[in-house]
Amino acid sequence: MPISEDEVRRIARLARLGLEPAEFSALTAELNGILERVERLRAIDVEGVEPLAHVGGLHTVWREDVPRPGLAREAALAGAPDAHEGYFRVPRVVAHEEEEEA
Amino acid sequence: MSRTEATTQFETVIGLEVHVELSTETKMFCACRVTFGEPPNTHVCPVCLGLPGALPVPNRRAVEFAVRAALALHCEIAPVTKFDRKNYHYPDLPKGYQISQYDRPLGTGGYLDVPLPEGGVRRVRIRRLHLEEDAGKSLHDPRLGTLVDLNRAGVPLIEIVSEPDLRSPEEARAYLQELRNVMLYAGVSDVKMEEGSLRCDANISIRPAGSREFGALVEIKNMNSFRSVKQALEYEAERQRALVLSGERVERETRHWNERAGRTTPSRSKEEAHDYRYFPDPDLVPLRIDAEWVESIRRSLPELPAQRRARYEGLGLSAYDAAVLVDERPLADFFDACLALGADAKQAANWLMVELQGLLNEKGRELSATRLTPEGLVALLRLIEEGTITGRIAKEIFPEMVESGADPRSLVEARGLSQIADREELLRVVREVLAQHPAAVEDYRKGKTNALGFLVGQVMKATRGRANPGLANELVRRVLEE
Repeated sequence: MPISEDEVRRIARLARLGLEPAEFSALTAELNGILERVERLRAIDVEGVEPLAHVGGLHTVWREDVPRPGLAREAALAGAPDAHEGYFRVPRVVAHEEEEEA
Repeated sequence: MSRTEATTQFETVIGLEVHVELSTETKMFCACRVTFGEPPNTHVCPVCLGLPGALPVPNRRAVEFAVRAALALHCEIAPVTKFDRKNYHYPDLPKGYQISQYDRPLGTGGYLDVPLPEGGVRRVRIRRLHLEEDAGKSLHDPRLGTLVDLNRAGVPLIEIVSEPDLRSPEEARAYLQELRNVMLYAGVSDVKMEEGSLRCDANISIRPAGSREFGALVEIKNMNSFRSVKQALEYEAERQRALVLSGERVERETRHWNERAGRTTPSRSKEEAHDYRYFPDPDLVPLRIDAEWVESIRRSLPELPAQRRARYEGLGLSAYDAAVLVDERPLADFFDACLALGADAKQAANWLMVELQGLLNEKGRELSATRLTPEGLVALLRLIEEGTITGRIAKEIFPEMVESGADPRSLVEARGLSQIADREELLRVVREVLAQHPAAVEDYRKGKTNALGFLVGQVMKATRGRANPGLANELVRRVLEE
């Protein structure tokens, strides 16, 4: 089932991709090519096969609950475009009225 | 009033999504310490900052705590579980996705029996319990912009999703209270709503009573206390009722509780909500949850709140008293310690709930900040029981025991507070008191029987509360009748 240019536009917005309007039609064609191949895989009978979440067969890799020092704050903030008194600073995000009033 | 309003009864249908921060030492996928109230960005590393190339490794203890919580809620534990990415963009989520669990949650199909305020129990089904990581914290300042602290990013969380089995805001509050108790008793979280280690979102709809269909679902976010959960849900149920009654439709949407304004408002990020494009996280391999491990965790679960309440009721406490003790775990533990020392259950509960709570409320203190010991309280109860001191004297020395941890027996001896139960001795006092109050004696003899209470009170005062009250009463009456 091919996807429409509108759907591609929506996915691009959700993923915060800054695409030029001209790029959408080419991208839609490319994505539909990929989906077509997936569609062909779907035709394979997988009755009785366990779904696979990860290749390689590894499982249950975990660590003990023991703290280790991380990064110094200066180092953590060093790569950020902007910081203020130990905080990362980003353009103001307002999701709700209440935060706007605050 | 319209016809519909007069005749249509509505039922409120509520389900809750509760997030509980697990009290592990380190974060879910990295070895940074879990902290609260530390300077911003002082407990971060490449993993929780979402730096390229950093790889997450699950915390075994967090998985154990999640299994513990799931077992305490009677969930089935998945033999194989995995982590998925939940994709959305917000500055306090540095990777652009939250590691969560989508289609194979750790726990499913549990329940919680919630004691209802009006009596009785409602069984609320738990749809699922899954593990995930917390986001950081954002501060929004009109001048400075949005400031982000990532100390909390990556802290282990469990999300507990109930079925829509709750029928009123009050029930929702009771569910939350009981869930909090269970998490506290299971020992997986400190569940402080004011510090954000317990957070709650709600789904709420209304439908005509008796209907089996559900109305349009509204999700409410940003309720930061038990009280605001109740208030927000009451407001929202009323809002939906008013819409339906005026012939309008309830929109399916996410709304935000505004505590100050006391109302819910539509969330602006509406059009993007609920499209998280989940997929398995390729950085993490599946977890196999060993059945024997699960059983050993099950065996290590302590007595849970419902069992404890039942035990207390079995000892003769009222349902209300049992609930008050169990809701305040340190108090319940103290009570148990008193029982182990042989205290009478009702007496001990009474002293803890009336005298001790009164003192604690007065001074705004916690039990742990006092010097009172179970041994001390039990010794005090014994002094009353064996008649060495009156209840009044006990109440008098109790604050000092709470303050200094003093042994009641030594206090009684040092201050000569033991009860006067000797007839001759007390009779002498009674005669003196009556001689000092001829007017009251006259009143009594004229038929004003309430003068008796006054005179007994004067005897108690003269003995500084040491007179055996029953005996004092009897002797005053006898002398008056002479």
